Formats: sequence, structure tokens, C-alpha cells
Amino acid sequence: MTTRQFGQPVQRREDPRLLTGGGRYLDDLGHTAYEAAFVRSPHAHARIVDIDTDDAIDVDGVIAIYTHEDLPGIIGEPLPLLIPHPALTQARTGYALAKDEVNHVGEAVVMVVATNRYVAEDAVERIRVSYERLPAVVGIEAARDGSQTVHDEYDDNVSAHLLQEVGDVEAALAAAPHTLTLDLEIERSACQPLEGKGVLAQWNSDDESLRIYSSTQTSTGVRAAVAAKLGLPLAKVECIAPDVGGGFGVKIMHPWPEEVLVPWAARNLDHDVKWTEDRREHFISSSHERGQLQQVTVGFDDEGRLLALDVKFWHDNGAYTPYGIIVPIITATQLLGPYKPGTYRVEFWSLFTNTVLVTPYRGAGRPQGCFAMERTMDAIARYLEIDRAEVRARNFILPEEMPYDHGLMFQDGRPLKYDSGDFPASLAKLKELVGWDDFADYRAAAEAEGRKVGLGIGCYVEGTGVGPYEGGHIHVETDGRVNVATGLTTQGQGHQTALAQIVADELGVPFENVHVTTGDTRRMAYAVGTFASRAAVMSGNAVALAARVVKAKALRIAADALEVSPDDLEIENGVISVKGAPGNSIDIGTVAVMSNPLRYAFDEAAKKATQFAGTFDPDKPPVGDDEEPGLEGQDFYSPTQATFANGMHAAIVETDPQTAEITILRYCVIHDCGNMINPLIVEGQIHGGVAQGVGGALYERMVYDDSGQLLNASFMDFLMPYASEVPHVEADHLETPSPLNPLGIKGAGEAGTIPVSAVIASAIEDAEGFPITAMPISPSELWTLRRAHA
Amino acid sequence: MKPGPFRYLAPTTLEEAVRALGEHPDAKVLAGGQSLIPVLSMRLARPTHLVDLAGIAGLGEVEVSDEWVRVGALVTHARLLADEDGYAALPLLRQALRNVAHPAIRNRGTTVGSIAHADAAGEMPSILAITDGVVEAFGPQGRREIPASEFFAGALETTLAHDEVIEAVRFGRFPGGTTTAFLESARRKGDYAMAGVAVALTVDESGQITSARASFVSVTDVPGVLDLTGALAGRIPTDVDWSVIDDAVQDHIEPEADIHVSAEYRAHLAGELARRAFAQAAATHPGGNS
Ligand SMILES: Cc1cc2nc3c(=O)[nH]c(=O)nc-3n(C[C@H](O)[C@H](O)[C@H](O)COP(=O)(O)OP(=O)(O)OC[C@H]3O[C@@H](n4cnc5c(N)ncnc54)[C@H](O)[C@@H]3O)c2cc1C
Repeated sequence: MTTRQFGQPVQRREDPRLLTGGGRYLDDLGHTAYEAAFVRSPHAHARIVDIDTDDAIDVDGVIAIYTHEDLPGIIGEPLPLLIPHPALTQARTGYALAKDEVNHVGEAVVMVVATNRYVAEDAVERIRVSYERLPAVVGIEAARDGSQTVHDEYDDNVSAHLLQEVGDVEAALAAAPHTLTLDLEIERSACQPLEGKGVLAQWNSDDESLRIYSSTQTSTGVRAAVAAKLGLPLAKVECIAPDVGGGFGVKIMHPWPEEVLVPWAARNLDHDVKWTEDRREHFISSSHERGQLQQVTVGFDDEGRLLALDVKFWHDNGAYTPYGIIVPIITATQLLGPYKPGTYRVEFWSLFTNTVLVTPYRGAGRPQGCFAMERTMDAIARYLEIDRAEVRARNFILPEEMPYDHGLMFQDGRPLKYDSGDFPASLAKLKELVGWDDFADYRAAAEAEGRKVGLGIGCYVEGTGVGPYEGGHIHVETDGRVNVATGLTTQGQGHQTALAQIVADELGVPFENVHVTTGDTRRMAYAVGTFASRAAVMSGNAVALAARVVKAKALRIAADALEVSPDDLEIENGVISVKGAPGNSIDIGTVAVMSNPLRYAFDEAAKKATQFAGTFDPDKPPVGDDEEPGLEGQDFYSPTQATFANGMHAAIVETDPQTAEITILRYCVIHDCGNMINPLIVEGQIHGGVAQGVGGALYERMVYDDSGQLLNASFMDFLMPYASEVPHVEADHLETPSPLNPLGIKGAGEAGTIPVSAVIASAIEDAEGFPITAMPISPSELWTLRRAHA
Repeated sequence: MKPGPFRYLAPTTLEEAVRALGEHPDAKVLAGGQSLIPVLSMRLARPTHLVDLAGIAGLGEVEVSDEWVRVGALVTHARLLADEDGYAALPLLRQALRNVAHPAIRNRGTTVGSIAHADAAGEMPSILAITDGVVEAFGPQGRREIPASEFFAGALETTLAHDEVIEAVRFGRFPGGTTTAFLESARRKGDYAMAGVAVALTVDESGQITSARASFVSVTDVPGVLDLTGALAGRIPTDVDWSVIDDAVQDHIEPEADIHVSAEYRAHLAGELARRAFAQAAATHPGGNS
């Protein structure tokens, strides 16, 4: 019996290649391509008065210089609004190259194409743009105040205002025995994948076709966008995501200006053109996220049970809204976590500022929502002097209440309905793991040594695996090689391993024979993309369904060859045999040969197949009416709604009594993403997620000054944690299967990130004894807070 | 983030290097490139020529004498960190070097380069200061020696002439009876410190303090020496309540705010680190606790 691959901690098969420098990232491609560089706005808000390129065009090696005026037709029109929403009444998107006005530092104004990037940057330096500066709106308070506006055509800075209410919050608040109000703040951060964005476009003038390589999370999306912008038939455009060095959300946003401009220039110049984003460009022209101000008013009873939750928050969406209001919608809905709020009202304002645009970053609005909810839980516990874990437990949705419908609309426009989860069991496991009930002793021992420690907790629920669909295509070659294609993209998640595990099991073939391709529109034209912790759920189930299609076909052909009924056959290790008569068998490669009536004996496999005659009926065509040649098949998975994963984290944090330095001593995670395809990969995702969460909690922020300059646009001053800052993560799992999909799985990609700011705030608060209401927090800030509370 | 055009020169002697610098007023010396290359890539500097020292023989040695540890211009931080003789002669070198950047940077960056760069947030300039070190400069007129106290002129500024190259630096060894400590606090391990301090504490045979000195990182414009001997002479180190140095420390430093820390916090941190460093140095004396 071959061991089932699903659930095994299979080593990631992509790692040897990636870890030994065998990866091929965007900048590794296109060595003969021209390279692009951009003149980007140095001002946060200004009118473009004049662009003088005279000095630049003479630079040796410059091929072309483009401004907005050069962009014909639809390319010169605003970039698309990807996700409209009725509440997004004042949407604005930017242009591929700024037209008349710039709205954030870093906005692309002029494109230079040259023989290489050095020369392109020399030319960029010589282009003089005159600006008439306009007042910049920086920060949520300034945006909310609205006395200056980002966009002239609107009277205020509110792009969207949305209110959702379940139950009568006013009445419930009025009747509640206790109420509390919290004012909270989360600062901006950003995905910062190690590989920035990048595009290589190859125009083939012989057949008027375009091939695009993009460091993207959605090759189908980029393909469609470029085809539309360039007025090309979809059939003449293909898009491939090569190895991608991280995405975390910023590369699901599309098309970026460069993704349109580079292909356009390649066609114009009839030459390959490439652009590789550098780190400074990434800081000032790729999206950020997180920034919110929040106000929570909560009503609760003597036991700490929620009666009313009234949340208002102000979300900084940056200068443009191409990705709609997905982030604040997720905050509004996922804030509730594992709890029943009694009654719930949430109202948000999404605000324009003269800063880089805001689109989802791993967690996508959830870290902020979790922060609001979990700070509230801790505040209730402190107020009532009840154990913090106990307050949470009293508000949990119970397993017997699943599926649980919150009565709200989720990010996918479908009901926010939890499919499964066992929150009390998760909490019990977490308390055990971290030693919750013994912490008083732990603290006393530390205090005896003059040390200050605190224990923190945070719980979340994450809607994962949103639709609308993903597909799987499987093709078995005559030597038994199994090619699997799915259209969503890979940025290091281990899809080559996890999806192969699924197909190996479903099809009954050796894992080693299964080869997975992602993100290549030549292989799978219909796909959505990798985001929202959806790849395993969507493509995992899609390839499973496709494998079942192929397996059925293989058994049909084998049954014919072996002259038995398909029901009497089993397939294992790539060999189809008659149950109980293992000698009577045929391997899947041979079946692949037989599936194709055009059978030149190119190889051994084809020769081998000649021993199997099959039934021959001269009255039937070689390919039957319902058949296709080849052992291949495809299927799509399209769910009715998201699956809801959950997790609970706890941390023990030490704060230095004198220097206020903050050290995470222990970090514990209980994680439930349903059935795990590969626990090793799930844990890797958790580790990476926690690392990014720690960044958001203790290190990372975007420091804009009042004029809208980003003061820390480099890795020297934007403090992404190193390995030395990331604690050892102690993780354990609960596997509550999702009833919604064939594999019973839920997403795991974003989980680790979501509660970290809430957990660390909770722990610091516990150590210090005063409320922590704003994250991230640095030693300098903690020290200042101590003095304020002294 | 690509540098503008420049010419790369690879002299094989100090004389050649110095001549090249003399001929090109906008040339720059290149050592490990860990500070210079980022500056070029961000186009914050536009030298016309880079004069690479890598091909010059004789600059890669660490030499120990009774008085000095002499470090050649091409000795990397990593090489010096691993040098057992240097460590035995002057433990403070390793105590400080551990805090300089990360292994990858230390494998290329040179200790002399970081002194030439004269960043007040760098660790090694303050070590040169507290050891009463000397810079050996090589110029068109030959060799000259510049004491640390006359070398650092301001933030990223030194008294080295444009057409001079540092051939080596000499860190002075401390007299017998000296213990040292180096402490710093950085936002992340290996980052430039929010504040840091090097201390050297010398006692005589009876265990009484004869010298107590400190030098700071990231809280002064130029690395100088704070001599606390006057207040501490004759005391037994382990008996000292180190808060006695607080006022002197605060008078000595000039902390500034940046995007990571307030000036007040930085001052507080420097004071706390100074106390802890002296306590540590005191504890490692033969008469101390450890
Ligand atoms: C990510 C990162 C983190 C870092 N963290 C720290 C840190 O925590 N602490 C710290 O101290 N440093 C840090 N550094 C800087 C590092 O220590 C550098 O190696 C050092 O500052 C310069 O040494 P270099 O050999 O690389 O010099 P280069 O970069 O080659 O040169 C630096 C400057 O010194 C001049 N120069 C170099 N050698 C000579 C010479 N012999 N004669 C005359 N002029 C010369 C050059 O012209 C140039 O102006 C960091 C660097 C990086 C990239």
C-alpha cells in the first residue's frame, strides 16, 4: 500500500532549487531587453506645469522617453477600478503616467527606456519637471478633517462610507450594565517582498503577439488588463509568473502602471523591454496597508458577555482606490473573530490621503479588526477583574452553533457564515501550551529577579478560500509523467509540493511523477490568483476534482484493455490492476498511449501499448462521441462561500524595567485550518506570518512627514525584523474539517500575521499595568508611556 | 538605485593610490564598499573615480605589540573579530565588533573603512577614541600619524586630506588591571545603535580605581572620551553605586531624536547603558563578582 501523501510532512520539493540559487526571478530573465526607469514625483501633491526632457534624450543609450501625452487612447485613460462597491461613491484611480497632477510621492510621471538601467537612471536625473505644489493631506486626522482635499472634484476625502448593523445597538448599549469606549490606532506598514515588482515584455512582430513575464500574484489578471489596454485579442497575449520572491498582497493589485507601460513600450519599440523595481521605488510607489484609527464602544453584562459592539473606524486608503474597499470591509466583518457580539454596528470611512495607495497586505484588514476586538476583550476583563481567557470563552460561538451566520456580508459579497471550528478546544490547548494557569508563579519568579514579564492573548477567525473559482488541468504523458496546471500563482508557498501530494493520492500515482505548473496562462487560461489564503482551498480542490476526472478516464480505458469493468480496477503507484489479481495490470503511461488513436511508435511506451488490443468496433469513430484524445482532464472548483479558519496565539513578553526594551520570550500558536495537506508547509506559513506580525507589532511603520515625504524608504530605516527578532514559534494544531469542500481544508496563508499586534499589546499591557492602545510600539514609545503613567 | 558613471582604478601600491587621488579631486577610496556602495547606488555621492585598495599588498595584517593592536586597511571586521591575539591584547575590540552590523557585512566591511567613514553611530570610531588610538595616514608627503582626538572632525568628517589614505589604525592597549565592557541597544540586532558605550576601568594592586573612561556611540557628534577618573579614583569598583556618573554622562552626550527614538529616551538609554557597562567591567575585576 502506498502511503497517503495528504497530511504528510513532505519536504518541499522546490527548496533545493530555490535555496541553491536555481530560482529564476524576473530580473534573471531578459538579458537583452531594454530597461526602463521612471521619473517619480518628489511631491505628495502638486500640479505638473512642465516636463523638460531635452537634456535626457541626448544621453547615450536612451531609446525612448514617454510622458502622459504620449500615451494613446485607452492607455492614457485612468487605470481600472478592479473591485467597485456601491459604498465606494468617490472612487479614483491613477494613470499609468501622471496626467496634470500628482497625488503621492513616488507616482510615475515620465518613463525612460534605455539600453540598460544605469543609463535609464542617468537620463531620469536629467529630466526636469516643474511642479506647482498643492497642500498635502497626510495622516488620517488630516484626511478626516477635510479642510484640504486630495482630489479637487470631491468636497471631502471620503472615498467610501459604509455602515452595517445587526440588531439594535443603541438599545442594547442603553440597557447594558457596563459600557467602555476605546480609542485605538494601528500604523501603516507594507508587504515588502524581498523581490519587488517587475515586468518583462516580449513583442513578436511576426505574429503580433505579446508575452509578458510579471512578478505578479495573478497572471490571468495581468494578461486581461494588458490585452484590454493595448487593444490586443486575448489570444495574442500570454502572461507568465516566473519564480516570484514573495508577494504578500502587493502583487495581487494589478495592473500596476508598469505592467501596462512596459508591454506597450515593447510593442512600440519592437524590442524586449524590462523593468525591475528597486527597493526605493517599492517603498514609494507600491501599496502599503494597515493604517486605521478606531473607536470601539462596548456594552456587556456582569459576566463580561457582550451585549452590544459599536465600532467606528477611519481607514487610510492612500491616494487612489483601484482595489476598492476590500480592506476596510474585511476589518468590519472579521473584527468579530470567534465571538458573538450580541448586537453589532460597524461604520467606516475610507479616506484619501496624499500617500501611496493602500491595498491588501497579508492579513488584509484582519490584524486591525483583531486588534480592536482583542483590546476590547482585555479591557472588559480588566474592568470586571475576570481572567482574560475566561472573558473570551464566555463570548465564544460554540461548536454546536456551527454553521454560524453573523448576518453580515463578507468581502466576497456572500453571507459571513462560519462553517466550522471548535473555539473552546483551541483555547484549552493554547492555555495548556503557554502555561496560562501557572503564569502567576512565572511572573513572581521573574519579579524576584527584578524582571518584568507579561502574558498576552489574541484570537481570530479568518475567512479563507474565497471564490469565485480556480481550475485544475491534468495531463498524463506516455511515460507516466503527470503534468498538473493550475492558473493561480506561486510566491514560495510550496504549491509544487502540496498540489502534487493531492494529485498523487487522487490519481494513484507516485508523488515524484507529478509536476505542477502555476501562473502560466498558456497552461491554464482561467484563474483568479493567489491571495486571501485561497490557493490550497481553491486550487487544491480543483486539482483533486481534475484528478478524479482523469482517473475515471484512465480506468475506463484500462477496463477496455483488460476486458473488465472499471469498478473492478484499482490504481496504485501508477499501475492499474484488477482487484485481487495484481498480475492483470496496465500502467498509466500505457493507458495514456491508448488514449490517443494517433499512435506513432516514437517511444518505448507506444510500442508497449501494442500488446493491448482493446475492443475494436469498425462502426465507431476512433475518438468516441463523448471522448477526447489524450489522458487528460480538467475541472473547476467554485465554492458557495469562504471557509473560516481560526487560531489563537499567546505570548510571554519581557520589558526591561529601565530601558523599556521589549523581548518576546515565548510565542505560542494554536492553529486550525481544517485538514492539513502538509503540516510542514502549514507551520512554515505560520512562522512566516508570525514574523511579519512581529514586524507590525514592534518594528515596522511608514514615517511620513507633514509634507508627505516618506522618511524611511529603505531597509535601513524601515525595520523589518531579522531572524534575530523573530521568536521561536511553538505551534500546535487542531483539525476541524471544513464541510464545504471535498478535501475538508481551509486556508492557512495569512493566519500567522493576524493576531500578533493584539497579542503583543496584550502582553505588554499585562507587564506594564497600563493600557496599550496604539501599535506598533518601540522601546522609546514604551518608555514615554511609562513616564505618562508614572 | 544604480550608481552614475565612474571610473574604477585598481592601484597596486599606496603611492599609486595617493597619486590617483591627487589627480582626481572627486575620486573616492573604496575599501569593503559596505558604506560607500549604498551611497553611490542611491546617487547621494557622484565620485568620478573609485580607487580600490584591494590590490595593494601589506594592508591585510593585524599586528600586536606591547602598546598597540595595529589593524591594516584591508582587515575586515570579521577578520579582526576572529583574531585571537588581538582579542587577548585588547578584549574591547571583540566586545565592540560583535555589535558591528551582521556577519555578511562584517565579511566585507573593513574596520579602517568604518573609522574613515567616521559615522558617530559606528562602534569602531569610539573604540579608537577610548583606546587613545592613532590613525596612520599615507599621503603625497609620506606617512603621518593622527591621534584619534584630532582625527574626528564632525559627523562623517575627519581631518584626513583628500589625497591621503589610511594605511592602518593602531588601537592602544590598556595598562594591566584594566577591564572593559561594551554595551549597546539597537532596534534590531546588528543595526546601528540607538545608544552604545565602551568603558575601561583600571585598578591598582590594592583594587582601587586609577582610571575610569567611557566613550559613546550614537549620542555624540564625534567620538570623544569621557574621563571619570576624577570622581572615582581610589574607590573599590564593586562598591560604587554607578549612578554617581549620571550627571557627567548627561553633560558629555548630545543625543538627538531620529525616527526611531526621542532625544530624551536616547539620553536615558545612554545613561543606563553607561551604568551597566561600568558595573559589568567592575564585576569582571579580580575583586569583582564574576
Ligand atoms: C546593512 C548594514 C549595516 C551596518 N551596520 C553597521 C553597524 O551596526 N555599525 C557600524 O559601525 N557599521 C555598520 N555598517 C557599516 C560597515 O561597518 C562598513 O563596513 C564600514 O562602515 C565601512 O567599511 P568599508 O570597508 O565597507 O568601507 P567603504 O564603504 O569602502 O568606505 C567607506 C568610506 O571610508 C572611506 N575609506 C575606506 N577605507 C579607507 C582608507 N583606508 N583610507 C581612506 N578612506 C577610506 C571611503 O572612501 C568611504 O568614504 C553597516 C553597513 C551595512 C550595509
